Amino acid sequence: MRMPEPDAGTIAQAAELVAALREIVPGEGVIADDQELRAYESDGLTAYRQAPLAVVLPETVPQVADILKLCGERGVKVVPRGAGTSLSGGALPLADGIILGLGKFNRILEIDFENRCVRAQPGVTNLGITNAVEHAGFYYAPDPSSQIACTIGGNVAENSGGVHCLKYGLTTNNILGLEVVLMSGEVLRLGGKHLDAEGYDLLGLMTGSEGLLGVITEVTVRVLKKPETARALLLGFPSNEAAGDCVARIIGAGIIPGGIEMMDRDAIHAAEAFCQPGYPLDVEAILIVELDGPRVEVDHLIETVRGLADASGAVSLRVSESEDERLRFWAGRKAAFPAVGRISPDYYCMDGTIPRRQLPVVLARMAEMSKKYGLRVANVFHAGDGNLHPLILYDANAPGELGKAGGFGADILRRCVEVGGVLTGEHGVGVEKRDLMETMFNEDDLKQQQRVKCAFDPDQRLNPGKVFPQLHRCAELGRMHISRGQIPFPDLPRF
Amino acid sequence: MAERLAPADAAQVLDCVRWAVAEAVPLDIIGRGSKQALGRPAAAEHVLDLSGLSGVSLYEPDELVLTAGAGTPLVEIEGLLSQNRQQLAFEPADYGPLLGGTAGAQTLGGMIAANLSGPRRIKSGAARDHFLGIKAVSGRGDAVKSGGRVVKNVTGYDLCKLLAGSYGTLAAMTEITVKVLPAPEKARTVLVFGLDAETAVTALSRAGGSPHEVSGLAHLPAAAAAASSVGYVAGAGAAVTAVRVEGPGPSVEHRCRALRQELGGFGPVEELHSRNSRGLWTEIRDVQPLLGDRDSDVWKLSLTPTAAPGIVGRILGQADGRALFDWAGGLVWLSLAPAGDAHHGIVRDAVGGDGHATLLRAPVAVRRKVPVFQPQPAALAALTRRVKDSFDPQAILNRGRMFAES
Repeated sequence: MRMPEPDAGTIAQAAELVAALREIVPGEGVIADDQELRAYESDGLTAYRQAPLAVVLPETVPQVADILKLCGERGVKVVPRGAGTSLSGGALPLADGIILGLGKFNRILEIDFENRCVRAQPGVTNLGITNAVEHAGFYYAPDPSSQIACTIGGNVAENSGGVHCLKYGLTTNNILGLEVVLMSGEVLRLGGKHLDAEGYDLLGLMTGSEGLLGVITEVTVRVLKKPETARALLLGFPSNEAAGDCVARIIGAGIIPGGIEMMDRDAIHAAEAFCQPGYPLDVEAILIVELDGPRVEVDHLIETVRGLADASGAVSLRVSESEDERLRFWAGRKAAFPAVGRISPDYYCMDGTIPRRQLPVVLARMAEMSKKYGLRVANVFHAGDGNLHPLILYDANAPGELGKAGGFGADILRRCVEVGGVLTGEHGVGVEKRDLMETMFNEDDLKQQQRVKCAFDPDQRLNPGKVFPQLHRCAELGRMHISRGQIPFPDLPRF
Repeated sequence: MAERLAPADAAQVLDCVRWAVAEAVPLDIIGRGSKQALGRPAAAEHVLDLSGLSGVSLYEPDELVLTAGAGTPLVEIEGLLSQNRQQLAFEPADYGPLLGGTAGAQTLGGMIAANLSGPRRIKSGAARDHFLGIKAVSGRGDAVKSGGRVVKNVTGYDLCKLLAGSYGTLAAMTEITVKVLPAPEKARTVLVFGLDAETAVTALSRAGGSPHEVSGLAHLPAAAAAASSVGYVAGAGAAVTAVRVEGPGPSVEHRCRALRQELGGFGPVEELHSRNSRGLWTEIRDVQPLLGDRDSDVWKLSLTPTAAPGIVGRILGQADGRALFDWAGGLVWLSLAPAGDAHHGIVRDAVGGDGHATLLRAPVAVRRKVPVFQPQPAALAALTRRVKDSFDPQAILNRGRMFAES
């Protein structure tokens, strides 16, 4: 992975930089010791490693502003980091840059049940928000599988999803307000406890911007009342097509379940071997369909889905009759990644999204590619919204396998784009999918995105080397190429 | 000479904008003109009429997705969806009559450009939350796209969010992809009579914090209720607080019963079914039917819900008018007696830091004089300008529609 050429001058002046940072954040808030820096050299995408120049862990918003201003003045690159759980290398350090860790911003600032929102610092974990409100029966809806560890600030940066976003939306649909510090040190408040303020939706733009536009120092999220009840169906199908057909029928019937997850044969067997959730082993695919809401509604819809599953040719069908049983259905799905980790020395988790009806086509193609690359692949999907997580099994110690896994993954993502889908559904572009961006966007598309980046960070100091395959200078991007002339369309109707 | 450019396809839109960029002449973008009176008055010499970019090019009901030209009339899309028992869940408002025009005139592009959402916003999100993909021509004269046709997508910046609510000041949208959802099988509304605004917002907060998945939380003070075309509401002779539930039949009945019980302590309750329920929420969504006066100055306030009664009380203590509360108090409509400055000082002082105030309706002269949109702190205003510049450095598109530009 090619990163921006490190600036030798910056590296040479590391000691002065560290001293200046220590003036802003005294005590143990600045880490410059080589041993200690190791802990930060990678995130959830462990294939890439790089030690940063230094790590700074501020505790206040003015400190964040001063750090960014300092780095701006000295031309030092800044990589923001929450819990470091990114699966796309969003927090991968730069040799000539600092890591700005938000881990000490870990307080819930306000719980407002009347307006159903919570104000939190960005280092609060996703689950920490739910934990803070669940005594009153509320929860925060987006639930990425790393929710014990990942932070709400990181969720905003990546626009994280989870298994329930078919019904409850992604992070972007559940955020009301942000406080953001720009590279200039300016502090902005976007949104708040009110909805849809007029003016450009910078709140929406920030969400999913992967730490390239500003540093988030506060988040206001919407919390929801927990549904009265939830029940799940565990359905087994003789083919991936039949499972896909069942999903289409459910949605066609006007039902939006709380979650619809699909696992293929390899994933089922790995999960069953790992934690014995009781999955049927003689099927090609299973679906877990969860319905939540008022009890009468859930009971009513369970029966409807049962009928639709029969019509799609389900060969095995169980309905959870207790909370224990529901959680057991989920246990295998939630453990899918570690389960696959047990049957293979390493695995590489992909994250494309496709129009749902393309599922059988993409799966068939994936099976062919699996043969070509000589690597196995197990599949788990958020089937309701077409978000695929193929897990490519490989052995990093076997020569050439890491490279092959990367090639296989890239081929899968190209295929996703070809059928009308996208490169990443919820893990972000980061460094991982950066060089595939041109399969989805042309030069004009990418340049416009980079111009937006320039509006926030004209010297491109914030998390450079992520998302965009080529870096252009802002001055160059801003230049207009105008061809003067007549209206070149004589037939255009005018009035 | 003033031109009205009416391109028939995206390629011609690109040609039009490139011509305007080369000649440095600003363009006003219009669809069917239903929102000409919305925002700051902007009168460019040339008009870019996108009504020719009309038609649904993709609709896959079981994939919950629809793509159409920006100039497609919204009624056409809503008609198509309802044939398939689907809908735009954010319940787009029709401000046609509110702005002095006719109902049913708006286009998909105009609706997105103004990010219009109705009462269901509190449950299902805003227009911007259902906006999946875009093709557009930037004010630099580049064809750009963002997003896609799938819901789960974090590939690159979410420029759709930026364009939703941008009032055509960044790019001329040519093709729009939206998420569509099943229409609820049944809808009912629980009414509570005779509450003052403060108590009503408490009741609405209670309903919104219940597990009953409410999809509408509004309060009509007595004057607004009296203007309703729904007999039960108009005939109440008192303020009416309304809570809507939607979903499968048995569930709706169950939740209505539960809500009647929970809200019964606040005042007498009643229940509206099918046509009456629909009628009431359409009036709340489109606002004008409940405001009565067609010449008043109208403000749209986005507020912290529980702060709304106090803010409204302060404003109506100083200016004659009436209010309508939607989104549990989070959206307040104020209809104020006409004044040369639309009472903007009073309104903005009262709102303070608890939200945003937009002057939604006022004569051109007033909208020229008074900031239509919430004034922004300096750093935010400067960033807003830089974002505008990044798309449209010569201010070719809808110059001055959101903020002063020359």
